[in-house]
Amino acid sequence: MAAIVLSKENFEAEVLNSDIPVLVDFSASWCGPCQMLAPIIEEIADEAGDFKVGKVETSEEMDLAIEYRVSSIPCLVVFKGGKEVKRSVGAIPKQAILELMK
Amino acid sequence: MIYDIIIVGAGPAGLSAGIYALRSGKSALILEAKAYGGQIINTPDIENYPGIKNISGFEFATGLYEQATSLGAEVKYEQVISIEDKGDIKIVGTEENLYECKAVILATGAKNRKLGLEKENELIGYGVSYCATCDGAFYKNKDVAVVGGGNTAIEDALFLTNYCNKVYVIHRRNQFRADPKDVDQLKEKENVEFVMNSTVEKILGDTIVEGIEVKDQNTKEKKTINVSGVFIAVGQEPDNTMFSNLVKLDDSGYIIAKEDCMTNVKGIYTAGDCRTKTVRQLTTAAADGAVAALAACSIID
Repeated sequence: MAAIVLSKENFEAEVLNSDIPVLVDFSASWCGPCQMLAPIIEEIADEAGDFKVGKVETSEEMDLAIEYRVSSIPCLVVFKGGKEVKRSVGAIPKQAILELMK
Repeated sequence: MIYDIIIVGAGPAGLSAGIYALRSGKSALILEAKAYGGQIINTPDIENYPGIKNISGFEFATGLYEQATSLGAEVKYEQVISIEDKGDIKIVGTEENLYECKAVILATGAKNRKLGLEKENELIGYGVSYCATCDGAFYKNKDVAVVGGGNTAIEDALFLTNYCNKVYVIHRRNQFRADPKDVDQLKEKENVEFVMNSTVEKILGDTIVEGIEVKDQNTKEKKTINVSGVFIAVGQEPDNTMFSNLVKLDDSGYIIAKEDCMTNVKGIYTAGDCRTKTVRQLTTAAADGAVAALAACSIID
């Protein structure tokens, strides 16, 4: 499954009320490291079994970025049961992202 | 399998080395700890690479990566933790595997130098940033500080003046090393304040940056500046300590090599920002890649 495009409208339903953990990628089109990370995130989304993957284009969803105190991107945040449990800033390899989900 | 060449680092130097190795009919494995592209992916516009008028760092890096891999270079995302010199064979160890090869090219690049302050690492992503073009938009109408006096610092400050309420530029000397043209342009901005001859002593705030404490080097006076973001642009530093028992490093940690890219060990070469050199640019990194790869090929033949 492709990564879900998250917005203010669907964030609660898709992330906060999700039964399974959610990996959220906060990024932006202007940021090089975010572009590096984007295909890896899609790959993880395609392969993910016990969690789902969403992405926030911060240039369009600045309120969400502010609400979740994102001030450096790419920023990966793992939500479980509606709460943030892990966070990682910067482009990291696929294996390191999968570690976050363990 | 024994690779002809193992290249450590998939930045412009490493990927260029891969292209030259493959085109010389050699096999090459490129080992990268993070993402391909190296520092250049942080650059929004490259305008000084000969033959290309304008390209983003991401596009450039992706083009290089595709060029190297389509020729047959193998890229694996593993952190190299050891290299053993067994004469004609070198053994390269990562956290996951051991690989054998006939020649090694160290193209480990450089990383952003940190100020080395308490909380600096902890607050990355919470107000501490090393990439103004990535993160500037999150500081719209806020007060921020840029630390440094080189081209990156001045370019960062210029960029941030477009978004921020106020930009403090903290520099430990009384003059900038940056291009005078950019410095003049920055001086014309109304929302800039220069804090010269000053060093950052502390980053303030528990879970988010609230300010910095700076010390005037002449008067030794300390003062607090309230900012929500600190953009650190104090240059780069190499990351070669794990190879210090293999090849000679200079006092700053760069691998000692001249334009021929040869280290003091036979069969081990170095390319790009990680070696001793005066000009660290995209073009010189690519050039090193070619020189190192062809030198490596010549000992394998």
